[in-house]
Amino acid sequence: MKTLAVILPAYNEDKIIGKVISQLKKDIKDLKINKQIIVVNDGSSDNTAKIAEKYGALVLTHRINRGLGAALQTGIEYARRNNFDYAVTFDSDGQHDSQDIVKVLHALAKGFDIVVGSRFLNKDNKIPFTRKIILKFANFVTFLFFGIWTSDSQSGFRGFSRKAIEKINLSTNNMEVSSEFYAEVKKHKLKFTEAPIKIRYTKYSLSKGQQNLNSFNVMLKLIYKLFR
Amino acid sequence: MPTFFLPIQIIFALFILFAASRVILRFKDGEIHLGALIFWLIVWTGATLAVIFPDKTSQLAKLLGIGRGADIIIYLSLALLFYLVFRQNVLIENLETKISQLIREITLQDAKKDSQKK
Repeated sequence: MKTLAVILPAYNEDKIIGKVISQLKKDIKDLKINKQIIVVNDGSSDNTAKIAEKYGALVLTHRINRGLGAALQTGIEYARRNNFDYAVTFDSDGQHDSQDIVKVLHALAKGFDIVVGSRFLNKDNKIPFTRKIILKFANFVTFLFFGIWTSDSQSGFRGFSRKAIEKINLSTNNMEVSSEFYAEVKKHKLKFTEAPIKIRYTKYSLSKGQQNLNSFNVMLKLIYKLFR
Repeated sequence: MPTFFLPIQIIFALFILFAASRVILRFKDGEIHLGALIFWLIVWTGATLAVIFPDKTSQLAKLLGIGRGADIIIYLSLALLFYLVFRQNVLIENLETKISQLIREITLQDAKKDSQKK
C-alpha cells in the first residue's frame, strides 16, 4: 500500500490544532493508503506539541522558531528519509478543509508531481477584498520571478509526489517559501497543476498567516535569493 | 603635491591609514579573502588620492557632468554603501538558511531517537 505524510507546520496553534487534527483524521480515515499526520512544531512557546501528540500526530519539534519555509522543509525531509510516496502540506490554523486532500491525491495519482490547492478555483469561497488584491499581486510577482502563471501562488495546501519529495529543497525560511516552490518546479521540471479547494476565513486564521503588509518584505527576500 | 595640508585633510588621512591597517590585519588573520583585501585597498587608495588632490576630484566631476568634486565623492560613497548593505542582507539570509538546516538536522535526529525508544 502507498504511504501518505500529511504535514502541518504549526507555530503557537494550541487553541485550534487539536480540532484540526481530529477533523483531519476523520476526513482521511477511509482513504486506502497508509497515512501519518506529522506536525512540525516550529519552536512554539505554548502547548502545541503536547496537544498534537495527544491527538495522535507525530510531532517534530524545532528547538527554536525558524519560520514557515523551514518548517515545511523539515516535514518534506522527514517524508524523504522515511520513503513516503506522497506528502500533503496543510495549514494548521483551520482554514483548510481536509476533505480536499482527496482531490489533491487524485491529481498526484494521475502523475502530477506538485498539486497546489487553489482558493480562486472554487467559486464558493468568500475571500476578503484586500486579501484578494494582495494575492493577485503575489501571483503576478510569482510569474515575474519564476514564469509560472498560477491562480493562487500563496496557498499553503500542497501535494507532492515521491519525485517532488526527493527533489524539493527549500532555502528560504519564512512566507516567501510559497513562491520558492515554483522555483523548484522550474528547476526540477516537475509536473504542476492546481486543484480547487474550500477555504474558511475566520478571525483566528486571518490574524495569522500572510499579513497584507508583509508582501513587500517577501519580495525583498526573493530578490536576495537571486543573489545568493 | 600641495605644499601644506588643511586640518581636515590630515584627519581624513589618519582615518584612512587606520582603516587600511585594519584591512591588512584582518587579511593577515585570515578573516577576509584576498579579493576583499584588494577591494578595500583600492577603495582606501582612491580615498587617499581624493584627500590629497581634492582638485582632481573636481576635474573628474566635471568630466562626468557633476558640479563639484565633493558631490561625486558623496555619490560614489552612497552607491558603495547601498551595495554593501545589500551584500550583507544576502549573507544574513544565507546564515539564516544554514541555521535552519542545523535545527532541521537536530529535529530529525530527536525524532529518530524518540521512535527508537518506543
